[in-house]
Amino acid sequence: MALTKADLTEGLAEELGFNKRESKEFVDQFFEEMRQTLEAGDYVKLSGFGNFELRDKGQRPGRNPKTGEEIPISARRVVSFKPGQKMRTRVESRVVVSD
Amino acid sequence: MTKSELIERLVDQYDDLTQRDVELAVRLLLDRMIDHMAEGGRVEIRGFGSFSVHHRPARHGRNPKTGESVEIPPKYVSHFKPGKELRERVNLAVAD
Repeated sequence: MALTKADLTEGLAEELGFNKRESKEFVDQFFEEMRQTLEAGDYVKLSGFGNFELRDKGQRPGRNPKTGEEIPISARRVVSFKPGQKMRTRVESRVVVSD
Repeated sequence: MTKSELIERLVDQYDDLTQRDVELAVRLLLDRMIDHMAEGGRVEIRGFGSFSVHHRPARHGRNPKTGESVEIPPKYVSHFKPGKELRERVNLAVAD
């Protein structure tokens, strides 16, 4: 099961005693602050967790996979995430069950 | 924006939360997400994006300095896919 905002909201209520409304608002605002920062063209650096960076991509040729028709892919700005040391180590060191 | 700047911005918005409350809350949110991924799970935040764990099988590599062949063990790496709202808001900011 995926972890969702509802689980995070519950965590704040259970562990820190936030009431339901407070924790829901806080979780929403936490992600909204990051969206606003990235929208404004700034990066987000959360030590241990990771960095959200922006990359500007120029226009490039593309193709409609169904029709084969050539359509240019417009220039765009995209978010890229680089996991931090703590996340990398914890995720990477998971026991590999089979290969 | 760094983690401490994020904490400051959140402190400014909540009169009833102390700096300490916000620090603990931010740490809890980030730790919960890492804990879940460390167990191989996905994190799905609607409007922001999803984090998933991808498996990288073992492969043969080479030490670029010595040219020596080395066995790179299998591992897991985390991956972030921005959600629709984030993608659109970031891109709209430059589209005009």
